[in-house]
Amino acid sequence: MSQPFTRFQGTDRYLSNESLESAVNCALVLERPLLIRGEPGTGKTLLAEAVSEALGMKLIRWNVKSTTRAQDGLYVYDTVQRLYDSRFQDKDVSDIENYIELGPMGKAFDADERVVLLIDEIDKADVEFPNDLLNELDRMRFVIDETQREVAAKQRPFVLITSNAEKELPDAFLRRCVFHFIDFPTPELMEQIVHVHHPEMEASLVQQAMETFYEIRSMKRLRKRPSTSELIDWIAVLKAAGVTDVKLEGNLPFLGALLKKEQDLVAFADQLTGGRRWRS
Amino acid sequence: MFVPFIYELRAREVPVGATEAVALARALEAGLHENSLDGFYHVARAILIHSERHLDDFDQAFLKTFRGVEVEAKKLKDELFDWLKEARENLPELTDEERALLEELDPEELERLFNERMEEQKEKHQGGNKWIGTEGTSPFGHSGRAARQGIRVGGKGKGRSAIKTADARLYAGYREDLTLDVRQMQLALRKLRTFTRVGGDEELDLEGTIAATAKNAGELEVVTQPPRRPNTRVILMMDVGGSMDPFAHLCSRLFSATKKSSHFKELRTYYFHNCVYGRVYETERFTDPIRVNDLLHECGPHYKLIMVGDALMAPYELMSPGGSIHWEEDGERAEGIVWLMRLQKHFRRSVWLNPEPQKYWLGNTIENIASVFDMYPLTLDGLGEATTHLMKSK
Repeated sequence: MSQPFTRFQGTDRYLSNESLESAVNCALVLERPLLIRGEPGTGKTLLAEAVSEALGMKLIRWNVKSTTRAQDGLYVYDTVQRLYDSRFQDKDVSDIENYIELGPMGKAFDADERVVLLIDEIDKADVEFPNDLLNELDRMRFVIDETQREVAAKQRPFVLITSNAEKELPDAFLRRCVFHFIDFPTPELMEQIVHVHHPEMEASLVQQAMETFYEIRSMKRLRKRPSTSELIDWIAVLKAAGVTDVKLEGNLPFLGALLKKEQDLVAFADQLTGGRRWRS
Repeated sequence: MFVPFIYELRAREVPVGATEAVALARALEAGLHENSLDGFYHVARAILIHSERHLDDFDQAFLKTFRGVEVEAKKLKDELFDWLKEARENLPELTDEERALLEELDPEELERLFNERMEEQKEKHQGGNKWIGTEGTSPFGHSGRAARQGIRVGGKGKGRSAIKTADARLYAGYREDLTLDVRQMQLALRKLRTFTRVGGDEELDLEGTIAATAKNAGELEVVTQPPRRPNTRVILMMDVGGSMDPFAHLCSRLFSATKKSSHFKELRTYYFHNCVYGRVYETERFTDPIRVNDLLHECGPHYKLIMVGDALMAPYELMSPGGSIHWEEDGERAEGIVWLMRLQKHFRRSVWLNPEPQKYWLGNTIENIASVFDMYPLTLDGLGEATTHLMKSK
């Protein structure tokens, strides 16, 4: 176990920190899935891209939806297509293999090189979904029932799983994962992050935007507090529109980029006027 | 170091077992921690902890176990100065004079004194009330019991050291045994959801259709099924007024979380004061009464009953017939506890959520009521356990 390995240290576009790197490297060395939790917009999904870029591994995404089943990740047997083809007799329908389409997980196992498999927002699916994946994640192999072909990982993929903490994940599943919780960035780190994304921005505007952003974030009664991705989008819009200074007031330019719920916009206006009255 | 640390975590109810310990050992063997305590902190946290709600426990256990190591690694640079984050509730028995004396020291003064004492002090020190070290009552060092914030000594100057990170208790907010907000409550209540397919065949069963058609040698055969519908019926009964006033805010959050949960087939809410007697009320002002016997008649045993209350009252209010402080018109003069037992017997699954901290649950009427109902604290953990309990089949 003591052979050297490639360490992940973040990329130019993705700023990481010691504890995040530690978690990624643990998962790489122990060949266990890495479970990332944190507020929406703190860069959970981007981490997969960063790892794939930094370590030169291909990225395979699996976006989980509420209707996703574990089976979909392995393979899908397209019975309808086969049935359809059988009517015209221009294709070979006797070979079921032609109608087996590997899912993201199947593809990751089947790849010749080590890849990054991103299972995005695992908590969106049914409560039992993670449990259904346990065996496959552990053994990194499965059998296609229809053809009895076994798909086994040549190189155990680096599995990265993100979750918004909406649902409890099963204990048995958690125990097999390396865990990391992404904190909301401190203002200093946030400044660096903004700089990475908008290197040529004027410092004064960035400063103003950041102050406004943190003030909005600290407001109470917001359903969805704006996070990193919203700030970066907002600054991009400000830049595109040539806005030169931002102040926290009623007609804040492009507020929609930060607050996305109607109730939040109302709460924002309320607190702004309320605050005024109180201050003056 | 390693094993006591694991046991310290287990003592704090962090689920760590052999699996995690072995994984951690492998990671250390691979040199992931780069032979530093900081590295160890990050590696251990990634492997041993599986949920943000345990991060705070981890930090505390880490502090407790590795305190001695930190003392070795101190006496470093000026940057080590950091305001000691002293949990106020940990204040031990200090004499009033000591406290007053320490209260008067201001930060600049502290820093100056610190430098002086650093000069005087030659060895590492623990306990006592003057020298810099650990566990003392001097305002210097850390983990001490000084009556006010002092200067913290220890850790490493570069970046945020592990001990500092742990000490800052950044994750205290993610603990789940603290009380909770509406959304968290909703998520906890979501566990109560069950779906059944009942009613007419209105939805196309795509899978079934494909399977049936394939079996039918390609001749189309349509299969339909009833749609999924929520199938949980819940009765929520809340104690209001009197000793419940301090918890009014918490209870109203539970109430709105329950109301907003769209996944119940039926939700009934009732109010009572202190204890349930002959009747419960549909409003907080105790109007629109409904007789408990009628309620039991209307609602079958398959309803899930959630009682919310502090269960604190004068013993006679619970134990003597007609103990109600409201005058009863009809002759139903049974003891409060009998009414509670009737409710508990009638429903297959019921729980009592209590906002009082668990440490006060013994030696009063809470104990009596807890012998009737399965009682859980009104915290996220408690609510989670309660919903799990409600969903068990019986």
